[in-house]
Amino acid sequence: MNAATTQKHPLDGMLRTDRIPHIWCPGCGIGTVFSSSLIAISSMGTDPMKTAVVSGIGCSGRGAGYVNLDSYHTTHGRAIPFATGMKLANPELTVVVFSGDGDLFAIGGNHFIHAARRNMDLTVICVNNLNYGMTGGQAAATTPHLAKTSTTQRGNPEGPFNLPLLAYACGATFIARWTMLHTRDLTQSISEALTHTGFSFIEVLAPCPTGYGRKNKLKNSDLLKVYQEKAIIKNGANPAETILDMEQGITLGKFVEYDRPTYADNYKSVNCD
Amino acid sequence: MKFWRVPLDSDEIVITRGVVHIIEDRCKGCGYCIDYCPRDVLEASSRFNSKGYHPPAVKQPDLCVNCHYCEAVCPDFAIFSVEAPAQPI
Ligand SMILES: Cc1ncc(C[n+]2csc(CCOP(=O)(O)OP(=O)(O)O)c2C)c(N)n1
Ligand code: SF4
Ligand code: SF4
Ligand code: SF4
Ligand SMILES: [Mg+2]
Repeated sequence: MNAATTQKHPLDGMLRTDRIPHIWCPGCGIGTVFSSSLIAISSMGTDPMKTAVVSGIGCSGRGAGYVNLDSYHTTHGRAIPFATGMKLANPELTVVVFSGDGDLFAIGGNHFIHAARRNMDLTVICVNNLNYGMTGGQAAATTPHLAKTSTTQRGNPEGPFNLPLLAYACGATFIARWTMLHTRDLTQSISEALTHTGFSFIEVLAPCPTGYGRKNKLKNSDLLKVYQEKAIIKNGANPAETILDMEQGITLGKFVEYDRPTYADNYKSVNCD
Repeated sequence: MKFWRVPLDSDEIVITRGVVHIIEDRCKGCGYCIDYCPRDVLEASSRFNSKGYHPPAVKQPDLCVNCHYCEAVCPDFAIFSVEAPAQPI
């Protein structure tokens, strides 16, 4: 009963197993978010030939390289425009963007806000590890005020985006936030986002022990403890009232889901009558 | 499993039991499966895998309830549970 097994992992069919073990560091939360995403995609029961995963650059952006579906590893910040093109050219596809906070909200921030404004029918999963993990733990647009990073040695003078509020203000029609510990809720939200028609955004908090963790003297499991102890689950919360504060609490839940015409609907109604 | 009072319908209840499997060479030794297993099934081991990490060991196999949480939380696709044949309590 103990130890080494010869059986296959239930997600092996969804993975490019020849590339596993992946490059993510021990304790990096990206793998857990990726795993939840794969469970959600595989449980949708849709044709794998009609599902594609697009990533940008960063540790999180490596996701596209491990999924056993059509996938694209685009340039830094450009996952959303690439995914937009795919979706418009081939509306039958379910297009999932899996990328990091730096990729989606710093260099790629403009693409995010405009895709949300247009209600482009995409599912965007953002692994928020509060920094640029891949390049050495620099401050990002999501780094908490006063947190230490390799570019903010005395503490971050800036404050972070509230990503669910940003997404809501821009026009996203499905918005959720979880941590990598809330695997079941997370998987459920990704599944719902995949079936939702319109721009869906899921923020997932996940530790980067090598970058953010090391600079802020957080051990491998310390950030997870914060996620566990500070979680305040409030489904349907007003995005303007959601908080992400390591002391006061972290609001989690499915915050927003409503319908309005997508970009493709509007494009058709203007141009194809 | 211990009960403070044996349920009256104990002959009808079946408790899901699981068998946990570890793909040792994928493990990076983060310990999340050990920390977050609700039944304290797993423990740290001093053995090394081929990459030099310490994979978990199964300490109390009979306590596994096949909740799949270790499987879900593992960032490395290195552990999973399967249902054990049902047993009446
Ligand atoms: C055009 C361009 N600018 C800068 C970089 C360097 N770079 C690579 S990854 C990255 C940040 C990634 O951060 P994030 O998306 O949060 O991913 P993480 O590694 O944290 O998962 C940067 C700035 C690059 N590859 N290309
Ligand atoms: S540097 Fe950080 S984000 Fe990148 S793989 Fe390591 S722990 Fe994960
Ligand atoms: S399946 Fe659940 S009870 Fe069994 S080892 Fe994993 S986490 Fe523990
Ligand atoms: S969670 Fe996975 S990688 Fe971490 S110790 Fe357990 S089996 Fe190993
Ligand atoms: Mg990041």
